[in-house]
Amino acid sequence: MPDLIIDRWLHVLAGIAWIGLLYYFNFVQAPGVAAAKADGTAGGITKHIAPRALLWFRWAAVATWVTGAYYLERSGLGLGNAFLLKGAAAPIGIGAWLGTIMFLNVWLLIWPNQKKVLGIVPADDAAKAKAARVAFLTSRTNTMLSIPMVFFMVAGPHGLPTF
Amino acid sequence: MKMPLDSIWGTIISGLVLTVILYVFVVNFLVAK
Repeated sequence: MPDLIIDRWLHVLAGIAWIGLLYYFNFVQAPGVAAAKADGTAGGITKHIAPRALLWFRWAAVATWVTGAYYLERSGLGLGNAFLLKGAAAPIGIGAWLGTIMFLNVWLLIWPNQKKVLGIVPADDAAKAKAARVAFLTSRTNTMLSIPMVFFMVAGPHGLPTF
Repeated sequence: MKMPLDSIWGTIISGLVLTVILYVFVVNFLVAK
């Protein structure tokens, strides 16, 4: 099944891009923008950096989810078994649930609110402030969820006696 | 009470605690021994 190893490879590559950018937003960009706003130099980040990072971020999330779902189904574990937390698929199923929640957070909360913050869609100052808070907390939630998500993604299938 | 997700370390510690909780849940309730 060469498609499975290629899919798994693509899943890891896309996951690195997604979670790598998530960590960039949380550990680098958010505190960096706060410092840049204090000395009036944040414009370049929000105009040139953030939109490009968000573009790769949200589509890497799609690629990660699709390749992960394909792997679960084709590997014999079963997408349904994983999401129903059945038997041997239960540990990876927890990872799949966490990844799915994170994926939905990206497209339903982070991206729509970031569009307001970055001025891609019109919003007044109060709406922008609210959108910034929602996007920030959702991004932090995803960072928190990524810790158990990665644990359950890697804990099972490599011969470790974890489960 | 301060929101733990407002700080980076609060976020990381929350993630580690959640990992332990989910691990105990999976081992005790989902995976047959």
